[in-house]
Amino acid sequence: MHKKNSEKLWIAFFVSPAMAIVVSIILLPLFMSLFNSLFSWRQLIRDEFVGLENFRRVFFTEPYKTRFSNAIGNNATWLGVTMLVQNTLGLAMGYFLSRRIRGSEFYKRIIFIPVLFSIVAVGFLWGLYLKPNGLLNGFLKLIGSPEMARAWLGDEKLATFSIIAVNIWRWVGFPSLVFLAAIDSVPTECLEAAWMDGAKDRTVFFRIILPLIVPSILIITVLTIVGSLNVFEQIYTMAGLDGSPNYSTDTIGTLFYRTGFGSVDSGNPEIGVGSAIGVIIYFLTLAASLVSIMSLGKQEVEL
Amino acid sequence: MSADLRFASASTGKKILVAAVQVFFVLYCLLIFYPLFNMIMSSFKTTREILRFPFALPKSLDFANYKTVLVDRGFGRFFFNSLWMTGTTMAFVLLFGSMAAYGVSRYTYRLRTTVYLVFLSGIMLPLKAAVIPLFIIMKRLDFVNKPISVILIFIAMSLPSTIFILSGFMKAIPKDLEYAARIDGCSDWMIYRHVVMPVVTPAIALVTIYNSVPVWNDFFFPLVFLQDQKFKTLPLGLTNFFGQYSTDWSLLFTALSLAILPMLLLYAFMAKYFIKGMTAGAVK
Repeated sequence: MHKKNSEKLWIAFFVSPAMAIVVSIILLPLFMSLFNSLFSWRQLIRDEFVGLENFRRVFFTEPYKTRFSNAIGNNATWLGVTMLVQNTLGLAMGYFLSRRIRGSEFYKRIIFIPVLFSIVAVGFLWGLYLKPNGLLNGFLKLIGSPEMARAWLGDEKLATFSIIAVNIWRWVGFPSLVFLAAIDSVPTECLEAAWMDGAKDRTVFFRIILPLIVPSILIITVLTIVGSLNVFEQIYTMAGLDGSPNYSTDTIGTLFYRTGFGSVDSGNPEIGVGSAIGVIIYFLTLAASLVSIMSLGKQEVEL
Repeated sequence: MSADLRFASASTGKKILVAAVQVFFVLYCLLIFYPLFNMIMSSFKTTREILRFPFALPKSLDFANYKTVLVDRGFGRFFFNSLWMTGTTMAFVLLFGSMAAYGVSRYTYRLRTTVYLVFLSGIMLPLKAAVIPLFIIMKRLDFVNKPISVILIFIAMSLPSTIFILSGFMKAIPKDLEYAARIDGCSDWMIYRHVVMPVVTPAIALVTIYNSVPVWNDFFFPLVFLQDQKFKTLPLGLTNFFGQYSTDWSLLFTALSLAILPMLLLYAFMAKYFIKGMTAGAVK
């Protein structure tokens, strides 16, 4: 029995520093968010219990209603475009790199470069290039099609897509190399057997490779969902905290920040409503991740 | 190499496909290189030159801008802050993370799964969404505007993935090694320190890169917690700089080059480790 007790002490010794930090910095704030969202606030002072009033304000009262539905619409655009363009491109790039096309080792290293850069630096760099008098419009003039020039970040219809494009520029190397690693780990015997049977490359890709890399597709999907719901720096650096022009690039991340900490135009911080938005972000992240895990998990094939 | 998709002995359709793919990769590589090249070149030009001749090369390589930004505008300070805050964070993450990983992978006990799940939950929860209560906590502890606030958050942010990755590696170490050490009279700490840790050194390198890149690049938490100029980190300092000198493109490009080039240089020497490290959480 004595030995058992000393073992318990050792376990506590090894686990508790990390446990204390994770509980107090990650889990406690989660419960505080839930709790705080049920109260009205005067600045940083908790006032009275109001039940779901803060959530009602987010969903049904102006100006939050308009701002929130606008922001969440933009997050949906982020998710849709990123899934469709970035992850499809990533899958294609990963596949062709795995076929060892000429230069694949070189490409592999180059496409990963922007992944390492901070979103802030990338955002500001492209922010300068996408200015009306910036490099992109200069390039369009150079190749003789100045009519293609746009206010990439100034046009309400275009701005969100421009920012998403910059983010894809920065990040597409990541899914590419994750998919490359996944495809490389598909057993060669499977592929060779298919080729022996005369299967076409396309058939091999859709019937053998794709089902076998479902776990990676799943991870990338969940990461994309979490990333799309947490978009903040991209907007902050290229469009500003207000999601200019005219809130057209606003996301829940920027709305959440403005609500919780106040900003030039919205005045005082609104802790109650801010916490409610935080809780909504939690739930959306969890729900979306769970749905994709369950739906894609069914597709998984065991060898 | 039966998996090859090269030109030799391929059908016309395949040749066209491979050529198109090559064109795509070359274009994307140019799209990565040129903006970086232009950024560096612009840092040697005057704002007027940048705006009038965006594609022209600088007349001379004058490093005066770099001195201005680094010394006069305090960028050196931001660098130093990012460096020591990332370093301190990683020291604690590696120590506490490897200890916790040891605690959940090398013992069997009733609460083990629960403990492991608590750690794992941190991977799924978006920490940014908790920034308001975090601010209230830090305010109460009087940590706001002090580096310890962001360091604590960075540690919490990095621990779950560190524990997840390291415990995977530690589980694979045979128990016999541990029994042998125990017979020789080793305590649990000595087994952790001298038996298990040396075996997982490659994994330590992996989690170091996996976590230090996002910590080094993080902007959100320094933005909320560090208003004092003397504690600002590189991404936050860069943001300030863009607010202050928004029309001086020459200095802006210099600041961007200073923020981006060190990472690029490091990557040039350690590309393999960076790729492996950064994708460690998503690749088994």
